[in-house]
Amino acid sequence: MQTQAQVVPIRTPDATFADDVLSVIERDGSLRSETDPKLPQETVLRFYRAMVRTRIIDGQLERLQRQGRIGFHIGSLGEEACILGSAAAMRPNDWIFPCYREFGALLWRGFPLQTYVDNMYGNADDVVKGRQMPDHYTGKPYRFGSVSSPIGTQITQAVGFGWAARRKGTDEVVSVYFGEGATSSNEFHTGMNFAGVMNAPVVFLCRNNRWAISVPSEKQTGSATFAQKGVAYGVRGVRVDGNDVLATYKVVREAVERAARGEGPTLVEMLTYRLGGHSTSDDPRAYRAQDEVEQWRRTDPILRLRTHLEALGVWDESKEEAYKQEVEAELKACVAAAEAKAKPSLESMFDDVFAELPWHLKEQREQLLGGPRAKDHH
Amino acid sequence: MPEMNLVQAINDALRVEMRADPDVVVLGEDVGKVGGVFRVTQGLYDEFGEDRVIDTPLAEGGIIGTAVGMALYGMRPVPEIQFADFIFPAYDQIVSEVAKYRYRSGGEYTCPMVIRTPVGGGIRGGHYHSQSPESLFIHNAGLTVVCPSNPYDAKGLLISAIRSDDPILFFEPKRVYRAVKMDVPEGDYTLPLGKAKVVKEGNDVTVIAWGAMLFEALASAEEVAAEGVSAEVIDLRTLWPVDIDTIVESVKKTGRVVIVHEAPKTCGFGGELLSLVVEKAFLHLEAPPVRVTGWDTPFPYTLEMEYLPLQHRITPALLETARYVP
Ligand SMILES: Cc1ncc(C[n+]2csc(CCOP(=O)(O)OP(=O)(O)O)c2C)c(N)n1
Repeated sequence: MQTQAQVVPIRTPDATFADDVLSVIERDGSLRSETDPKLPQETVLRFYRAMVRTRIIDGQLERLQRQGRIGFHIGSLGEEACILGSAAAMRPNDWIFPCYREFGALLWRGFPLQTYVDNMYGNADDVVKGRQMPDHYTGKPYRFGSVSSPIGTQITQAVGFGWAARRKGTDEVVSVYFGEGATSSNEFHTGMNFAGVMNAPVVFLCRNNRWAISVPSEKQTGSATFAQKGVAYGVRGVRVDGNDVLATYKVVREAVERAARGEGPTLVEMLTYRLGGHSTSDDPRAYRAQDEVEQWRRTDPILRLRTHLEALGVWDESKEEAYKQEVEAELKACVAAAEAKAKPSLESMFDDVFAELPWHLKEQREQLLGGPRAKDHH
Repeated sequence: MPEMNLVQAINDALRVEMRADPDVVVLGEDVGKVGGVFRVTQGLYDEFGEDRVIDTPLAEGGIIGTAVGMALYGMRPVPEIQFADFIFPAYDQIVSEVAKYRYRSGGEYTCPMVIRTPVGGGIRGGHYHSQSPESLFIHNAGLTVVCPSNPYDAKGLLISAIRSDDPILFFEPKRVYRAVKMDVPEGDYTLPLGKAKVVKEGNDVTVIAWGAMLFEALASAEEVAAEGVSAEVIDLRTLWPVDIDTIVESVKKTGRVVIVHEAPKTCGFGGELLSLVVEKAFLHLEAPPVRVTGWDTPFPYTLEMEYLPLQHRITPALLETARYVP
């Protein structure tokens, strides 16, 4: 007679987890041949330009916020490589579900800069019709999701979306961004669990930028890495140097291809650092040592790639300068245009609550239009 | 007497109670080292240490769930939810657990805690940093809901709330955080929960408001005074259980009532107040009660000042209601 419970695993343990961190670009700008994704030079240059463009836009938007011309900005200073590298790894028919720090990925997908700047102003041409804070954009035509503020909510949604894409017979893959703080949210755990069970074609992109506003990553988890959280859910976990755009590209691309082949989800922990404040509302000097920031500045993802490109002889200071001027001029024109645009109309406040306007909103719209105007507009 | 703004007064109340009672602990996102994103808990981490001012992982359900455990064991947790808009991952813990513990355990377990969270708009926060979800909590039996409008009330009410044996939601109008300064006594004092305050007496029409809208109602009351209308302004302070006596007494005097709140109109707390007025003072009413509220849309960004029930919308409502002839 059997006295012990049978030791039967629910299924063959198949989740792999590597705690080594993949990187490609060496300090001197050379590439490690074992990990190099061997991309065409023009592609690498495109990555570089996109990262520089993202950083210039960040800097200018921060200035506009300080001048009171926009209300808010949440930037990606220091995280450009993991954002651009992962976005670039998505195939054209794949989808991106954003957190709120990935406007670089949105622009990479071809979203017009003017439309992005209109979102910063919440004007009449803003895709979200001035209803959300700046940096809460949406980009369905670009296969890009809609930003909301509540942390983690996009994670489970990406799982359902990916599952639906598979169900409809496509090989589309969904990537979903979040910070390491979001790994504490209910949605992260539920999303990973569902993805494991449903074998959803999803790539979970955890930007481990070390800080969730003022809370350091070691206060988010008792585990040694974020990638290893995949193990318990049957989700493959990998770590990558997120300040290395080529390494990020390689790891995410592999994950995308696996998912597309039906081999299941991957959790990618991208190791990076938030060099700036959490947003324009935050002053990080109140909670972290400048030394730490300076240390990470030395691993700046843009400098890192530039060293490589300069070693190859395909980039130099004059090209950098010319490109910067080009982006600044482009942005300046967009800002001027956005500032000249009207606000969303008063009546638009009631649109899109439902597909069709019910009686009570018609009534309230009449009350607003026929009533007095507020004095104190922003 | 020191002058304090709302942030300082709440901070002071927390400090007073933490000094007096070692069972009082603060927990939440960013509440520790940096003192909260609005700096309401500033300095508490340095004074009381990381065991009593806890930077938690980013999970509201976890914050409230662990606070429940602490409370059941006899502590007095004061969890902070960074914005009321982010309270929903904790909604299950609040409505299914916090609100029900005393009742469902036949009074054996209690869940004393004060859940502090900033509410309200007018700060360019879009719909995820501006909402006023009070009615979602009032509707769940077992929760006391407080929303002070000024520093003096906030300190006295928060100390009472921390000492209360019932769980309390303490909504802090973030638009007022640094906008109002007033004399606030040092040290310990309490104000009774469940008591409204008539902040301006009047005879022609009653205005009921709370939080940031109280100041809009007062401004309107002043504006209509110039037109010969005398408005009585009530600051509810505790939304639930509401001070029905103060409301009924005022409505019996004026016969007219205007209710102001930021939350959407439909199923907003104004609807409940209006029903209570009708139930308890029907024969005294001389005009239909009026609600001036946020519209039934999500809270917008660019047009937020057109969404909010500010002075420009309260004033005409007061005039119309005061001058209503059946
Ligand atoms: C549910 C929820 N709780 C709290 C917040 C407030 N908040 C906004 S960002 C943030 C920190 C997020 O950190 P992380 O997930 O690591 O992403 P990062 O900002 O570092 O990219 C917090 C607490 C929120 N937006 N949603």
